[in-house]
Amino acid sequence: MPATDDIRTEEMLLNMGPQHPSTHGVFRVVIRTDGEMILETESHIGYLHRCFEKIAENVSYLQVVPYTDRMDYLAAMINNLGFAEGVEKLMQLEVPERAQYIRIIVCELNRIASHLLAFGTYGMDLGAITPFLHAFRDREKLLKIFEKICGQRLNYSYVRIGGVAFDITEEMLRDIEDFCNYFEPEVLDEFDRLLSYNGIFIARTANVGVIPKEMAIDFGLTGPNLRGSGVKRDLRKDEPYCIYDRFTFDVPVGSGENGTTGDCWDRYMVRIREMRQSINIVRQALAAVPDGSFIDKKASKTVKPPKGEVYHKVEGARGELGFHIVSDGTAIPYRVKTRGPSFCNISILDSMTQDGGVMLADVVAIIGSLDIVMGEVDR
Amino acid sequence: MSGASTQATRIARGKADAEKIFPILKEKFGDGIVEENVDGIDPFIVVDKKIVLELAEFLKTEEELSFDLLSLISGVDYLPKDDAEGRIEVVYFLDSTKHYHRLMVKVSLPRDDASLPSVENVWSAADWHERETFDLVGVVFEGHHKLIRILCAEDWEGHPLRKDYVIPEQYHGIKNIVY
Repeated sequence: MPATDDIRTEEMLLNMGPQHPSTHGVFRVVIRTDGEMILETESHIGYLHRCFEKIAENVSYLQVVPYTDRMDYLAAMINNLGFAEGVEKLMQLEVPERAQYIRIIVCELNRIASHLLAFGTYGMDLGAITPFLHAFRDREKLLKIFEKICGQRLNYSYVRIGGVAFDITEEMLRDIEDFCNYFEPEVLDEFDRLLSYNGIFIARTANVGVIPKEMAIDFGLTGPNLRGSGVKRDLRKDEPYCIYDRFTFDVPVGSGENGTTGDCWDRYMVRIREMRQSINIVRQALAAVPDGSFIDKKASKTVKPPKGEVYHKVEGARGELGFHIVSDGTAIPYRVKTRGPSFCNISILDSMTQDGGVMLADVVAIIGSLDIVMGEVDR
Repeated sequence: MSGASTQATRIARGKADAEKIFPILKEKFGDGIVEENVDGIDPFIVVDKKIVLELAEFLKTEEELSFDLLSLISGVDYLPKDDAEGRIEVVYFLDSTKHYHRLMVKVSLPRDDASLPSVENVWSAADWHERETFDLVGVVFEGHHKLIRILCAEDWEGHPLRKDYVIPEQYHGIKNIVY
């Protein structure tokens, strides 16, 4: 056996490279460690930069819609909604009632699909393989519904400027209702039994990656990450858009039940509870879908907003998704700047690790709990 | 047509907030506020570059305003046109988690000398947003601790979102083929 004074104890520079099973996309973190304890991390992004903003300056408004899908590809309906509503605000366009209700239903279903993926992959990152399969079984049911509605499983381009692309039939509404009855409460309770209160899961996520309230607001964190730190801020309630002012639902907030307020467990639990609230909203909307047209046909064909600019925010699955649209009066946007929530969410990682006390395995837990999708970070 | 009604509510609220906030800023900064627009879909103020840092601290610390959430920093390039000079506008979007009001602050900069004091010590969120605005639009933020490119490669030349940007023909030998 070698003598103990031969063991090397210098710092190590580790590259958690763009290709990695746990970074939720192409995200590179250069980690300087002293054994297991992290001294410093440096994040590098831009591996998925596809120049969305430059492209949007060269194509018409209608042609920009498919590009917005591909930003947060896990919750594409909400991206479409943000852009469409921004342009409608510039044009002072009124959208038919039926289209509004359909938008609410598909956006909330998409939020559930996105949170299911976050829940499944987070468990898998930490070593729990079974919940992943359960989450994807239910996500598959949702994707089948979306395929019936608009022909696409992932990048829908369904919410268009002026309404939605296709009408929704009674059969599809029945399918959605069946899904709601299947999902809540049995399946959600099953997730709690599988993962949420599991001792090992709690040991890996409670008191890990604590983000205090002031730090969360200072770094521009929004969505479930901010709510996990105890700030009750939800754009659907604070600055309602679409017809969210007609629905009653709760806004779950983290409270340090199993550890400290703002730890990874709180952020995870906020997402599980949000799924329940989304089913609540879908049920209310299903009961009230009116008849009528699903798109303002005339206005949606020629989209030529007057000169001006607008900043429209919607509550994406990961936070506040904003579109700053500048129009110069032509059919081609002058500037479309997007605020991807994951861009701001992931910027906090370097500051969280510099104070010490974060171990190498915790980086995976933290990145998973922030629930980033690189399409939104890089655009 | 209720989507329009949440729109109308938002616009009315924005106007009411602007009518409350703009006089406070005008009183404190006087000529630093170059222009006020209360009637747009999103009301905004245009400020002089010299007061940006002081304004940022005032907006965050003043009790009545407490703009603690920096949502976005956006850079827009305007080429010189027949009636207007060219300029680069840097727009700050601020939110208050306490009072639930919002504010849009614009700074107009000349295209050939676009530089601005950094506000990263006021809102840490500004760190990455300023890096992105530097990378894509070419605005230099003085005082930023590490202003390097964030989305483009480190050795990329030029600022892609400028309106007079010419797409390079090749990068490290990889050709840009146009069919």
